[in-house]
Amino acid sequence: MTPNPASAAPASAPPATSYRRAYRPADRRLVGGVATGVAEHFGVPVLYVRLVLIVATWFQGVGVIAYLLLWRFLPLQRPDLSPGLESATRRGLRSGRSTGPTEIAQTVALGAVGVGVLLLIQSTGRGINDGLFGPLLVGLVGIAVVWRQVDNVAWSRWMRETRGWAFASRMAAGAGLVAVAAFYSLTKEGGWGAAVNLASALVVAVLGLGLILGPWIARLLGDLSEERRERVRSQERADVAAHLHDSVLQTLALLQKNAGDSAVVATLARRQERELRDWLYGNDEQPGDSFVAALRASAAEVEDAHRVPVEVIAVGDAPLDADVAALARAAREAMVNAAKHAGVDRIDVYAETDGQSAQVFVRDRGVGFDLATIAEDRMGVRGSIVDRVERHGGTATIRSRPGEGTEVALSVPIRSTDTATTEEAPE
Amino acid sequence: MTTLRVAIIDDHAMFRTGVRAEIDGPVYIVGEAEDVDSAVAVIVETKPDVVLLDVHMPGGGGLEVIRRLHLRHPETKFLALSVSDAAEDVIGIIRAGARGYVTKNISGPELLDAIDRVAAGDAVFSPRLAGFVLDAFAGTIEIAQVDEDLDRLTEREREVMRLIARGYAYKEVAKELFISIKTVETHVSSVLRKLQLSSRHELTRWANDRRLI
Repeated sequence: MTPNPASAAPASAPPATSYRRAYRPADRRLVGGVATGVAEHFGVPVLYVRLVLIVATWFQGVGVIAYLLLWRFLPLQRPDLSPGLESATRRGLRSGRSTGPTEIAQTVALGAVGVGVLLLIQSTGRGINDGLFGPLLVGLVGIAVVWRQVDNVAWSRWMRETRGWAFASRMAAGAGLVAVAAFYSLTKEGGWGAAVNLASALVVAVLGLGLILGPWIARLLGDLSEERRERVRSQERADVAAHLHDSVLQTLALLQKNAGDSAVVATLARRQERELRDWLYGNDEQPGDSFVAALRASAAEVEDAHRVPVEVIAVGDAPLDADVAALARAAREAMVNAAKHAGVDRIDVYAETDGQSAQVFVRDRGVGFDLATIAEDRMGVRGSIVDRVERHGGTATIRSRPGEGTEVALSVPIRSTDTATTEEAPE
Repeated sequence: MTTLRVAIIDDHAMFRTGVRAEIDGPVYIVGEAEDVDSAVAVIVETKPDVVLLDVHMPGGGGLEVIRRLHLRHPETKFLALSVSDAAEDVIGIIRAGARGYVTKNISGPELLDAIDRVAAGDAVFSPRLAGFVLDAFAGTIEIAQVDEDLDRLTEREREVMRLIARGYAYKEVAKELFISIKTVETHVSSVLRKLQLSSRHELTRWANDRRLI
């Protein structure tokens, strides 16, 4: 493992998850992904969002305006999957959650009803100014076509896909629609006089250009940084792939050499499995990153050193401050003890962090021991487990009975919230 | 007691052979399949008691198999078996109707035990699944507007889940909490039911967020 510079920094900045950002999901959208994104952000069914947008459109087109604004300002988000899942998705091994035909039909039906009611309102004369309604409609469709194109460029990551006649013609169609809308409104409004004509022409032209080019320019700038990030990421992946390639080949060679020794074979296979799994299913944290990462790294070391599988289950996570790091080290000692003395073929580690305390349970079903008979000078248990945790305001409970295995329960309070509480280990 | 009829659905032939070698005898293997379409055909034709179902498979994965069969053949019980640790997929397949989830490195006797349990209508939670469940239901405490019991675990259920996550077998859980194994099974089944029926958007959102952490 490479040393992680971040771990050296004192009290590294809190992760940037202080508030959730809304996104437009690129993989599950019908038009712009606005409705889906908003629905996901607020945790409501997407149907409700679409209904609200459509109803709002009946009132001076508020819904459409809101939709366009959100389209412009919500960033498009690509699903960020681990390599294993990404490839499984690509090969159709998982069920995708892309928009199904039902959802499309439902939305089209909803849209049709919406447009119907809108036209009804128009015909009663209470809607948007009749002279503007037609051109607005044409213009909006144009803008939608252009923006969707621009989105697709971002989605497919490659800026050079902005070339090609299909792209050009769709761009032209969008721009044409906007222009038609502008002309239409200009001739319609001809009676207002030359001054108004000129002003509106200018406004429409500037607005049109802004609408068409604005997001594009923003997107191009965004694309540049995105591409840079992407390049770094793909380099990283290539590095990891190369590393895995080597390690897998090496493991296979070692397996063949040690075919007679089942313990070695099992350990080698186990280690290889862990490495592959981490890479495939996104567990690429460094040991210095967090409590759980540190715990997993310790478990891996114990596994390798003592040839006993250590299963780590973690619920929640915490930054690795001094207390939590001590807890992780104590847990490591407990794992080593279990691996050395219990004589088992599996150790279970369960870690839970609830914001107030971090707890670890290290359990084996091995020989166990009688706590009363344990010598006072057994450094392993007293010094490195119990004292270490207690020095950091935590508690350590060891339960063991000969023949029934051992469970070490460790707990330290998490300081950032409240320094006074010292939570008892359960039981 | 009649021998249980089991189907093995997995796209890796080597794995199917391995599982067959380990459990054939105590149970009767009625069929194998390697993708969604053949799986549906095999299950409809042979009507196994328990289907060992891989999570990732050509044609849409195990989820798709359950989707296609659950309404027509509700008596078929599914036990998900996977190397994938993607919480999203595991929770997804449980929510679709699988009665348990175990990892592929499970030992033969343990797998047989799990098959028996699933066939009897109980739920099989591995430590990993228990961890996922605790994680998935963890956010509920702070949300005050929980109006349905389905949306949260009772204190007892949480205790049972924590013990399972700590590596306790059902009977050890029972001993620890001074309750009967039957009661443990009831708690676990009830957690499974909540997982499947809860309409909580947090559950799906949790799955979404999880991969972004």
